[in-house]
Amino acid sequence: MKGILVNYEYCTGCHSCEVACKKYLGLPKGEFGIKVAEIGPFEYSGAEKGPRKWEWTWMPTLTKACNMCEDRVAKGKMPMCVQHCQAWCMYYGDLEDLIKKVDGKTRYSLLTTETHL
Amino acid sequence: MAPFWRIEVDCKAPNCASEKKGKGLMTFDYKEFLDGIDRKAYHEGEWQWEEDGFQVTRTYNYTFPGCHDSCGILYYVKDGVLDHVEGDPLDPVVNGKLCMRCLDMPEMVNSPHRIKYPMKRAGERGENKWERISWDEALDIVEKYIVEEIDGKGYGRESIVVGHGTGRNINWQIPFIAGACFGTANCGGIYFSGWSCYMPRVCGAAGPLGDFPVVDTAQQHKDRYNNPEWERPDVIVVWANEPLKSNADGFYGHYLEICVQMGAKIISIDPVLTWWGARAEIWLRPNPGTDAALALAMAHVIMEEDLIDHQFVEYWVAYYDEFKDHCKQFTPEWAAKICSVDTDDIIAAARMFATADRGMIQWGLAFDASSASCMHWVQTVCNIQAICGFIEKPGTWFLAHNAFELNAGYSSADVFGRPEAVAQKFKKAQIGMPGIDFVGMSNPDAMAYALETGNPYPILMFWAESQNAIAGHEEPAPRAYKYMMQIPFIVYVDPILTPSAVAFADLVLPVAASVERDSVRTWWTPLRAMKKVTTFYEAKSDEEIAIWLGTRLNPKLFGPGKRFEKAIDLSNEYLTTGLAAIDEDGTVRKGNFSSGTDENTGHQININTEADSGCPVRSHAELVEAGGVIFDDWNATYYKHEKGLLRPDGSVGFNTPSGRIELIPTIFQAWGIPPYPVYTPVSASKDSTPEIFEKYPYYFINGTRSYEFFHTEHRMAETMREFHPDPLVYINPKVAEREGIKDGDWVWIENWDGRCKQKAKITNEVDERCIRGEHGWWKPEEEIAAPHFCGAFDFNPNNLTHAYESGPGNIGAPIKCLPARIYPVKEGDIMPGTQVVELGGFREYTPMQP
Repeated sequence: MKGILVNYEYCTGCHSCEVACKKYLGLPKGEFGIKVAEIGPFEYSGAEKGPRKWEWTWMPTLTKACNMCEDRVAKGKMPMCVQHCQAWCMYYGDLEDLIKKVDGKTRYSLLTTETHL
Repeated sequence: MAPFWRIEVDCKAPNCASEKKGKGLMTFDYKEFLDGIDRKAYHEGEWQWEEDGFQVTRTYNYTFPGCHDSCGILYYVKDGVLDHVEGDPLDPVVNGKLCMRCLDMPEMVNSPHRIKYPMKRAGERGENKWERISWDEALDIVEKYIVEEIDGKGYGRESIVVGHGTGRNINWQIPFIAGACFGTANCGGIYFSGWSCYMPRVCGAAGPLGDFPVVDTAQQHKDRYNNPEWERPDVIVVWANEPLKSNADGFYGHYLEICVQMGAKIISIDPVLTWWGARAEIWLRPNPGTDAALALAMAHVIMEEDLIDHQFVEYWVAYYDEFKDHCKQFTPEWAAKICSVDTDDIIAAARMFATADRGMIQWGLAFDASSASCMHWVQTVCNIQAICGFIEKPGTWFLAHNAFELNAGYSSADVFGRPEAVAQKFKKAQIGMPGIDFVGMSNPDAMAYALETGNPYPILMFWAESQNAIAGHEEPAPRAYKYMMQIPFIVYVDPILTPSAVAFADLVLPVAASVERDSVRTWWTPLRAMKKVTTFYEAKSDEEIAIWLGTRLNPKLFGPGKRFEKAIDLSNEYLTTGLAAIDEDGTVRKGNFSSGTDENTGHQININTEADSGCPVRSHAELVEAGGVIFDDWNATYYKHEKGLLRPDGSVGFNTPSGRIELIPTIFQAWGIPPYPVYTPVSASKDSTPEIFEKYPYYFINGTRSYEFFHTEHRMAETMREFHPDPLVYINPKVAEREGIKDGDWVWIENWDGRCKQKAKITNEVDERCIRGEHGWWKPEEEIAAPHFCGAFDFNPNNLTHAYESGPGNIGAPIKCLPARIYPVKEGDIMPGTQVVELGGFREYTPMQP
């Protein structure tokens, strides 16, 4: 099964995946095949200064409209969101290959959809 | 168990591809990415092909729509219309990583707000009434005005001012049009005191370094992050900018994020929380306008604690002892008080930077526009890089030239202008400013003075190409409107009908988008080509407009059988000669992008150099067929000072008078700038004028960037507006509570110069000292006729800014750190558009006074 692995520690909330996707799927205003949620910014009470004091994180969600760009990948191309991710934090592939990247060094999320044949 | 904020992530990443670069976390593997691309699927080696009924073209987009960058793109065209675009994974510049704006390009190039035909004004200025005319009729009108009202009445061509917007693929074409077609050397923004965008950094760096530095993120290498010599930086200081959103100065901001994935640590210096600040080892939040004090204190710590690179300083740096002695006064305690930051944080940041193997400071517009110490702030940051040995070493700052020395740019107005008009170019001496002119563009304060007084000569004609003056760069927008309306003849040349065109223009002309245009351009490196794949009604490219004008107005240079006959000749000459001027006696005159030491022109023009650039591609067609991009060896070479690559005579060293990096730049004195850097407070700061802050209690940081827009562009695209419908002002929750403001309320931002309205976004990205607003706003869907002008005045932070305040050397302007108050908009409030257009403005103005 295929999936998309997101190294969301580095997502910058740039919206490229959202626009790349909705233009490809031809979705009208208000509809998305992938949508990025923003968490924060907030600071942890009592936390010391440094890179772990603040939380400001973005996380994409695959919607019901996502078909993992099945026609594109059949031709050898990347899914639109992965191809255009400016932060270079999205990977497409087989779940068993993607999960090998998850090593506790950064924050990953593995996204899948219902199977589209 | 340690609290979570103390957890150290294991930095020895087992899946790291490169041991050499394996210091620190490594989650990015460029080789793995390249190896994973199905190259056949992306048609490697082809520049044009058929695919599913579309004609696909591999090229680079660069204005309009645009930004400072030019990214590899695949255009999909059907029946002569751009249908969709994709990023090109095989493009070494961004590897397909397009921003949301480029991905939405069809909405912009096919927009109903495009200008289709030449039109002349059919009502009063501002009424938005037009009559369609032909290009020939338009040229008749332009020629008649110049012949009868300028030449015929004894005025010089210097009475023609050519305006353009920020750096995109217009910056060699429009100054060329000014000089070669109109004969004038007056080119630039009128109310643009201190050239408060980029020029302070370009010139400020030329003093100590002799060249311009750029952060090294492997962008100058064709093999990018795989380049065997490149090393990722250990520490990145992101200082007063958000490169992810701004992509400014030809630099693609996400390059830095890749360096962080590869293990670089962050220091953020910004009053505002950014992506960088939320991930920074150290985040310093200085009061807006005070950063120069912080920079001086960091230099103090590095030198007093002897954290310098001794060998680099000994071999390559001049006036170290003088700089060190001078900086003894700038203690971290002194700066901490001015900046409202902790002394310990200043010391820690200085130590972290100086003790790294490789460090780089990414600077931004605030250096030019948020300080009264611009040149000294720039100089001090250059000096910090130099004393740490972080110049020309991989993963630090590299000194950049335009690829293949293709430097056609602002200087084209000078080299092609009529000599008698060039001699009358607006300059410092006309308004009593000291020092020689060292910026290529006309002096903006002298230009504004001429506009307001007619001295030393009147501005009779204004040709504005690709600029939206009211919504854009004119610092005091209401003042600009009042006086620019007095210019007798104004032509707006733009892809889009903007509020500025409606306000001012007697004639509007349609410009082609990048997708409709054959062109070439460098901004640093690499060299890129833009390939035309569609047309839009009667729109002409900037190059075609130059030929159209020149053939009538300057037949010696343009026309059948002449040097410039067709539009493509300009792009080809850009490649082969750098668009050099070649006089009848064979003298060759060429522009040089860097500011320099030529006392006659102020910026360097090379005379009697070889006409041929030596560029290996000889034509636009050749560059297009090569995939549209070519890298040069010069920029890709490290340690250029050791190899004799920086000085014109080929000797080792830097391109300064002494051949060393001059921490106390000798050239600054000629420029009218004290060479020993100091902190100069802005005229209204919490320190110097506490009484002003009693009435206007917040620093108003304007010019906040967003992913959806680049300056005034992209507002006509529905998808961008879906994400970002209104101008936003960022307010801390406590400030909002104090001022009775709820999230989403429309609020007034106001000071003594005027006010504008924006929508409140309540967020702790800003603290209680600051409010932060956006710029460049107009709503194309609203009424474009006067007085509303699509809200170009209503939303405009330049209602609060002023001209005629700058720093040492009259360069830079403190316009992003002004005091303001904020309060909710009430029903019945007078809108700024009405105030400016119908009620005589917010205030009176005195020439040469803010």
